[in-house]
Amino acid sequence: MSLLSYFFGTKQKTASVAKERLSLIIAHERGTNRAPDFLPELQRELIAVISKYVNVGPDDIKVQLEKQDNCEILEVNITLPEQPQR
Amino acid sequence: MARVIVVTSGKGGVGKTTTSASISTGLALRGYKTAVIDFDVGLRNLDLIMGCERRVVYDLINVVNGEANLHQALIKDKHCENLFILPASQTRDKDALTEEGVEKVLKELGHMGFDYVICDSPAGIERGAVMALTFADEAIVVSNPEVSSVRDSDRILGILQSKSRRAMEGREPVKEHLLVTRYSPKRVEDGEMLSYKDVQELLRVPLIGVIPESDDVLQASNQGTPAIHLKDSDVATAYQDVVARFLDEDRPLRFVAYEKPGLLKRLFGGK
Repeated sequence: MSLLSYFFGTKQKTASVAKERLSLIIAHERGTNRAPDFLPELQRELIAVISKYVNVGPDDIKVQLEKQDNCEILEVNITLPEQPQR
Repeated sequence: MARVIVVTSGKGGVGKTTTSASISTGLALRGYKTAVIDFDVGLRNLDLIMGCERRVVYDLINVVNGEANLHQALIKDKHCENLFILPASQTRDKDALTEEGVEKVLKELGHMGFDYVICDSPAGIERGAVMALTFADEAIVVSNPEVSSVRDSDRILGILQSKSRRAMEGREPVKEHLLVTRYSPKRVEDGEMLSYKDVQELLRVPLIGVIPESDDVLQASNQGTPAIHLKDSDVATAYQDVVARFLDEDRPLRFVAYEKPGLLKRLFGGK
């Protein structure tokens, strides 16, 4: 028994590591693989429109589509330049 | 029209064919006229698992190409009255499978009065796998509690949601079920294996069952008997539960909690 408990005691708990790694990679791949075709186009047009009024670059706008059960959430994240507007 | 169920996973070796054999047998034992089709062209194995490898004359590709009709190609199962096997071709190229050909076969099976058609998908995400899921009404996604299997399952779910006919035509989506196989409650308890809850949380698909890791699966395949037929086997009971849940019966999960072996078992061994 002491031998057994020795082994059990030193065994690593790796399942939680697996879960964390998977949740990250799956979320990432879902974003890229399941995105509808119009997303890149939408992103390009948004950049074109917004950059008319504010000085933003292509990297300042992020468009993501998330799915939660039956509900799809379109998330548009625009980072405005840092200098004060007024 | 027969109800078409694809058994798929992305990754190989997780238990697709074992599952196809047992679920089709289970449905046939419940009285449903069932056909099980091997889509793994070039690497067929369902015939071996079902124990009918020596009775294969014609195959799926022969039927698709009109070289044989379905009556000639379907092999009647040796255990069940209502069960028929349609083997894959061992010699042809995967490209021999066409969408029109598969659709024709499925329609004809419907006309022949089949209630269920189980499509045993090959591993991967290429032609054979896509053909197997194209016409599916329901999908059983087989996953091991292990990182590469879970990731591949997620990938195949994405393909189901984009390339199946139901998805392409904007109809009601393919009904998805998650089956976790090769599950070891002890390793889960020790924190070294993902739990079925983890897998389900990651894939977000309703769970249809958990099949425990067991030596019995090898014993079954050695003999060419679907695992669901085994006597006194947890695997057989777990598959019977899966079939019951598939038919909307309420069954609590079994074989997911670890029971410490008693002193006698520890001293004298045993399964």
